[in-house]
Amino acid sequence: MKKDEVPQDDANMLEGKFKVVKYALNEKGEFEKVPSVGWEPENVALSQAWDVINEKVEAARQQVLKGGASPLLFHMEKNMMDIALLAKYMGLPTGKVKRHLEPDGFAQLDTILLTQYAEVLLITVEELKRVPA
Amino acid sequence: MIRPDVTIPFDHQQSAHCETGVISNLMRFHGLPVSEPMAFGIGSGLFYSHMPFLKMNGIPVTSYRILPGWIFGRFTKKLGIAIKRMKFRDPKAAMDELDRVLAQGLPVGMLTSVFYLPYLPKAFRFHFNGHNIVVFGKEGDEYLVSDPVMDGTTRIHRTALIRARFAKGMPNIKGSMYYPTSVPTDADIRKAAIRGLRRTARDMSNTPLPMFGTKGIGYLAGKLRKYEQKLGARGARLALGNLIRMQEEIGTGGAGFRFIFAAFLMETANLLDRPDLRAHALTMNRIGDLWRDFAYEAGRLCKGRAEAHITFAYLADKLEAIGKEETTFFKELHAVSKTL
Repeated sequence: MKKDEVPQDDANMLEGKFKVVKYALNEKGEFEKVPSVGWEPENVALSQAWDVINEKVEAARQQVLKGGASPLLFHMEKNMMDIALLAKYMGLPTGKVKRHLEPDGFAQLDTILLTQYAEVLLITVEELKRVPA
Repeated sequence: MIRPDVTIPFDHQQSAHCETGVISNLMRFHGLPVSEPMAFGIGSGLFYSHMPFLKMNGIPVTSYRILPGWIFGRFTKKLGIAIKRMKFRDPKAAMDELDRVLAQGLPVGMLTSVFYLPYLPKAFRFHFNGHNIVVFGKEGDEYLVSDPVMDGTTRIHRTALIRARFAKGMPNIKGSMYYPTSVPTDADIRKAAIRGLRRTARDMSNTPLPMFGTKGIGYLAGKLRKYEQKLGARGARLALGNLIRMQEEIGTGGAGFRFIFAAFLMETANLLDRPDLRAHALTMNRIGDLWRDFAYEAGRLCKGRAEAHITFAYLADKLEAIGKEETTFFKELHAVSKTL
């Protein structure tokens, strides 16, 4: 890739925080680092990956609203975790976490576990107990 | 334990890839200036593998480099650099040790999870526990960070850094940190570059098993051809999008590290005064452009904006052609490397 071919397709993926660098050939025929704000195929693939995550989060939210799952399911999906990873963070067997994903299991949680879940999921206990309307 | 504020004069330079960027920045600090492409080449970072049996989020892993951490390992071994590496069970112990080493005036490299680095753009924050950064000081509750993919240095709160250092999952990084304890500033870069190059050329052309080295590219092409039948329209598009991400996303310098490798070949050609190697650098650059063409058209197909002739079979043909080019290229490079 030549220096002037380094793509500059901004889809605000970098939020204007910085530019990434790519290696490209300059006028002297040497490689140099050239800043880039992004590239179309990369942006497409990245937003596609986020669509999948957001769909999962929304499906979880609907399930919680219908009473089919506890709010923990929504917050777990929101943190892009699966049961195995959440269980690791909590230091609990996966079976227990699975139980907490059900409304009855969640209702029986004590303050200590609620606080621990909230800390792991980077929210407050109050936030943990509900999903956005 | 309260340690005073410390700011180590650390020359941060931006890089395309975190591991090689940290190597380059740390080595310069210790008096051994090595560019990022040189670090990548000496550490024999380039590789190719498509592993249908190894899945992340249900999608087979395609990789354009050797395993995380291996570039560092190979680089330091070839140049006789001694590195102190540590892992911890207890976050407080991990932070105390970091403070202790900083107080000695030494910048510290460490593994983090990008998901827990608040200073990174949100779109890039997945649960990936292999991101290398350097901490080069602290001020109150904040640590000074040189994150190689960023153009400037940044800061992170102690609580956030603990979270990032103790992320769980694959791999379990356990506060992993490292710093050089002895760097021979008269190390023979030329010899190391030749050995690194030879290793990459050999592994790319001679690794047995169909999924590794240049053979792996044709192997993936075969799979890609059947994506739609096997995964359905949506599944095929997602798998294709994932391929693009592995190839192009932050950290690869474009075209799955091919451009960084081309830059390494060019620098080595200049170092050894070998014009023939320069020609190989340009060929690698051209092959990098083929990878980019592939990603470009794959992106159109993902988005459903491709012209009618761009199909999975068409993309598979393209990939197969790249595989053939790379097979020839690395065989030649291997032959050349024996004459260096």
